[in-house]
Amino acid sequence: MKVTEKDVAYVAELANLDLTTEERSGMLRDLNSILDYVDRLNELDTSDVQPMAQVSDRYGVDQSKQGSERFAYANREDVVEGLRKSLPHTEALQNAPDADEQFFRVPKVIER
Amino acid sequence: MDLTSLTIDTARSAIQERKTTALALAEAHYARIQKEDGQIGAYLTLSKERALEQADRIDRMAAEGTTLPSLGGVPVGIKDVMSTRGVRTTAGSKILGQYIPPYDCTAVQRLESAGAVVLGKMNCDEFAMGSSNENSAYHPVRNPRDLTRVPGGSSGGSAAAVAADMAVFTLGSDTGGSIRQPASFCGVVGLMPTYGRVSRYGLIAFASSLDHIGPLTKTVKDAAIVLRTIAGRDPMDSTSADVPVPDYEAELDKPVRGLKLGVAKEYLGDGLDEEVRQAVVSAIDRLKELGCEIVPVSLPHTPYAIPTYYVIATAEASANLARFDGVRYGHRARGVKTLSEMYRRSRDEGFGAEVKRRIMLGTYALSAGYYDAYYLKAQKVRTLLTQDFDEAFRKVDAILTPTSPTAAFRLGEKSNDPLAMYLADIYTVTADLAGIPGVSVPCGETREKLPIGLQILGKHFDESTILRVAHAYEQA
Repeated sequence: MKVTEKDVAYVAELANLDLTTEERSGMLRDLNSILDYVDRLNELDTSDVQPMAQVSDRYGVDQSKQGSERFAYANREDVVEGLRKSLPHTEALQNAPDADEQFFRVPKVIER
Repeated sequence: MDLTSLTIDTARSAIQERKTTALALAEAHYARIQKEDGQIGAYLTLSKERALEQADRIDRMAAEGTTLPSLGGVPVGIKDVMSTRGVRTTAGSKILGQYIPPYDCTAVQRLESAGAVVLGKMNCDEFAMGSSNENSAYHPVRNPRDLTRVPGGSSGGSAAAVAADMAVFTLGSDTGGSIRQPASFCGVVGLMPTYGRVSRYGLIAFASSLDHIGPLTKTVKDAAIVLRTIAGRDPMDSTSADVPVPDYEAELDKPVRGLKLGVAKEYLGDGLDEEVRQAVVSAIDRLKELGCEIVPVSLPHTPYAIPTYYVIATAEASANLARFDGVRYGHRARGVKTLSEMYRRSRDEGFGAEVKRRIMLGTYALSAGYYDAYYLKAQKVRTLLTQDFDEAFRKVDAILTPTSPTAAFRLGEKSNDPLAMYLADIYTVTADLAGIPGVSVPCGETREKLPIGLQILGKHFDESTILRVAHAYEQA
């Protein structure tokens, strides 16, 4: 087993999840089973292969250009309210679980 | 005239010619939803006010004799992962149960500008994570062909609504097969365009390098009409491509004779249901009779697609879903004392089991010590999978495969085994990883009358060819 109970606890902490005891044991079982399956990737020798984060830099762009020049069409003026107006204050706050007229409200951040 | 069995063209011209009205068409669809959707469960929210307002606008245009836009008065359903201003958008999750977006998704805005009438929001797997629609936090969707079976997922509501005539067409999203697989299960047409073809602005992100928006329709022609409307550069999405959009509809009737269509043995091997294999082989024969040349191709890295996909998709998801913190929008746990406790408890209460599983897997794959072994490795194999297609498309114009290894399975059949569920996407994830377009078109039924789908994959930005092949097959 590659993933231990300790790993599950650590990863849950990184992911900002608490998880119940039951969820943790389910996670232990599922992560191990999925990662066992993922291990078949090691059958492939990829030492000379470049990683690929996304497809946009290879297709639909002018291949004769280099680097960010390929995406010159996506450049825009660095101005306030360039593409669209910012949301009005009230609209930006309307979905907040807790807010006053100015700010999002959250529980105390600094504990003493 | 049966108002709920119309296609885009017949609906639009019936309104234009004053044989019916956009209002009557919308009302007929709402009546059908009222009657049928209690047992199917395709809709999560109806946007009646917005729909009737738009229908009225179209009816006034028709009354004045103005030429209606391409989707004038056509009723559409939108998968609930696309933001709609003023209309609740949940992504199928409790965490967004009360979320009212302050802006519209570009694809939705383009449909409405072309006259479409938004009936409501379609049920889906939570955050589009699933292949059966059983991961919806609200209720599952049932397959209109057989209510004991799933409609596929994650765009299950979108597919079921079109199949049950509760919308003329719908929008879905596809990250690993979520448009094509449910289209196949429900017997409708589902198109995933090239990555970058359709703006993702306003789409609630699952895996940003893999997410696509596309239509589910009754005919291939309808898919062509919708794609032309929603495709094209959008400055609000920096990954939307600067590539001209052709008139897909006009290209449909070009002859298919002489086209080279690839068939890969890797897509017809172990795990493929025998009835599905026979239907797909017959479809391949049919296209041969229409004058296409069938060419064997090899896509040797296909067996590595699912593990690659589940590492990359979950890694991206774990980053994208970090935004759900209970501060700016979404569910916030009650009675919490500290900020950190608020984050954890809000997420614990708001996310369902599969979403948590994927966040955990993705976080693990990105964590110190495992990044190279999992995430970087998967990115390298993604390169190999993409090169497979580049190589194949040097020889052929499109590739034919089954959309799914089986027809629709039963509710509950795979829901306790995440890995078995993931394997339902075995023939669809490759196109998402490579960024190429794919369409699923109905190609027969099993003995139990369950629909089967033929998948046609194409070159980057060459939706025209796959739509042309799909149309020729559909009309033959």
